[in-house]
Amino acid sequence: MIRLAALACGLLCGFGLMVAGMTDPAKVLAFLDVAGAWDPSLALVMAAAASMALVGFRVAGRLARPLLGGKADLPATRGIDPSLVAGSVLFGVGWGLVGFCPGPALVALGMFSGDAAIFLVAALLGKVLHDLVIPQAGGGPMLRFRGQG
Amino acid sequence: MTIDWINFTPGSALLGGAMIGLAAALLVMLTGRVMGISSMVGKLLGGAEGEAAWSISFIAGLVMAPIVLLLWQPAGNLPPATGLSLPILAAGGLLVGFGTRLGSGCTSGHGVCGLARLSPRSLVATLCFVASGALTVYMVRHVINSAGAA
Repeated sequence: MIRLAALACGLLCGFGLMVAGMTDPAKVLAFLDVAGAWDPSLALVMAAAASMALVGFRVAGRLARPLLGGKADLPATRGIDPSLVAGSVLFGVGWGLVGFCPGPALVALGMFSGDAAIFLVAALLGKVLHDLVIPQAGGGPMLRFRGQG
Repeated sequence: MTIDWINFTPGSALLGGAMIGLAAALLVMLTGRVMGISSMVGKLLGGAEGEAAWSISFIAGLVMAPIVLLLWQPAGNLPPATGLSLPILAAGGLLVGFGTRLGSGCTSGHGVCGLARLSPRSLVATLCFVASGALTVYMVRHVINSAGAA
């Protein structure tokens, strides 16, 4: 049941990304190009998405357990640390180079985009590279797995 | 700063954004999980046994979305063409994979869900990746390419 719900949410998210035009890297790059012909669309996408999600998280916070049962598994709040900043800056550089981030790249993969396939394979390698070179802080890989993204 | 009014699409941006946010809201209410797509992709390589199944299902939904849409629009969606060379695509992917792992999230986890949870961490992360993304585009379009053209 949880898998079916996740599949439906993935479909809805994918439709949303297509409606918003975010599966087109050119539109994403036009948002990041503040010195050129600036397209603010992405800011509205993020604002609308976060507002809608805010209601969901508020409702979820009042539930004793998730509607489909089991136990909620939300990332624990931690402080702002150098890894967060360095990682986000590096992610931004890759995002700015190509115009893809993981969600839209997966939808583009469903449009049989070869560019998205190359990007996603490289992103998986980037994750593996991270786990090879960065020592896993306390608790090992399982604990580090509980990121938000 | 000049706004590109011709390509600015506020209506579809708000509608699409609301759909993305509704997906995040439904996921957390139904399953108690955060819609963090880079984490879900990471789980494809194994590691968190119980978590892999729902992550793979969500990812399958994302990939299937344009295929399902073919039922309504048989003309189909043309895949986006980036016009980028393989080394640039690969470098971008590596940076995104490494960075989202180190920074514990991407646009969906920090930019949508983290902001929705009013997490200061996610606000800092979002400001960092938008700023470095904008700086990267600035360097590519207005420094490197204009120097090459001169």
